[in-house]
Amino acid sequence: MKFLKSFGAFWYDFIIGDDWKIAVAVVLSLAVLLGAMSMSLFGEAGLTVFGGVVIVVAFAISLAIDVRPKNKKN
Amino acid sequence: MTAATWGLVIATFVACFVEMVEATTIVMAMGFTRSWRSSLIGTAVALVALAVVTAILGYALTTFLPESALQLAIGGLLLIFGLQWLRKAILRASGRKAVHDEDAIYREEVTAAKAAGKGNGGLDMFSFMVSFKGVFLEGMEVVFIVITFGLNAKNVPAASIGALVAVVVVLILAFAMKRPLSMINENMLKYGVGLLLASFGSYWAVEGIGIFQADHQSLTWPGKDLAIVGMLIVWFLLSRVFISVLRKPATPTPATTPAPAEQEIAK
Repeated sequence: MKFLKSFGAFWYDFIIGDDWKIAVAVVLSLAVLLGAMSMSLFGEAGLTVFGGVVIVVAFAISLAIDVRPKNKKN
Repeated sequence: MTAATWGLVIATFVACFVEMVEATTIVMAMGFTRSWRSSLIGTAVALVALAVVTAILGYALTTFLPESALQLAIGGLLLIFGLQWLRKAILRASGRKAVHDEDAIYREEVTAAKAAGKGNGGLDMFSFMVSFKGVFLEGMEVVFIVITFGLNAKNVPAASIGALVAVVVVLILAFAMKRPLSMINENMLKYGVGLLLASFGSYWAVEGIGIFQADHQSLTWPGKDLAIVGMLIVWFLLSRVFISVLRKPATPTPATTPAPAEQEIAK
């Protein structure tokens, strides 16, 4: 039981880490890419580039949110 | 070897090197203060456990998952993992998070080792367990990186070679210096690994979205593998922008004392 608890804690730390927003950003950006694919918004090459851009933007937003409250405290 | 294979070997080497430095610090602290024999047994048992986990995970993933699902699942995990490293690297480089300090970690481990009572038996369970846990947990990250990189690049041997060379180099350095490897710029290495993981992760995760197409085929990036280099450049530029922006003080107040949360030695 203790081992399972440690194993779960390890994977939680591994995936969520100390900023859950990154995991959420990745999942959301892949969901947006999936939506774009299902609506046939782009061709295959355009879809991959769009996916890359969405992931980068999602990370930038999550990091911006992460540092914003600290700025206010200072 | 192709450029992609070299990239794979370098990525796994650097990632494994960083994790090995951390594991070696823990084992050395236990060895010097308590029992080398128990620490090394703990290390050996952890390495065997890691080998078993690697074999089982590798077999399960290759047997039960189609390629595009593998790319999506593993690319997604790699991306999350890489972006976490990149986030920490950006915060450290901009002075918003304490840098990783092997000397401080070594001192903490030594203090804990001295505070723990001595056992009566032949095997010092404290050294054994701390060494086992340190090597196993740090090693799990290496296993994850080797398996994900190896399977997605269809070259597990190259990924394993990169990791093995890192293990050997760190062990030689530790044996030669007989002290924690604090002279290694671990924060810079972690920044590099974060960039590599984020680049490979975003490349594979996007490819893997193809699992939801009617034919379940992976998407193909323009330029194929060259797109990884493109993503690497994008992540690097984004990180530099964040570092330069976050370095500027938000307010003109002379905040010389870091907040308690920033003082902690983050993993």
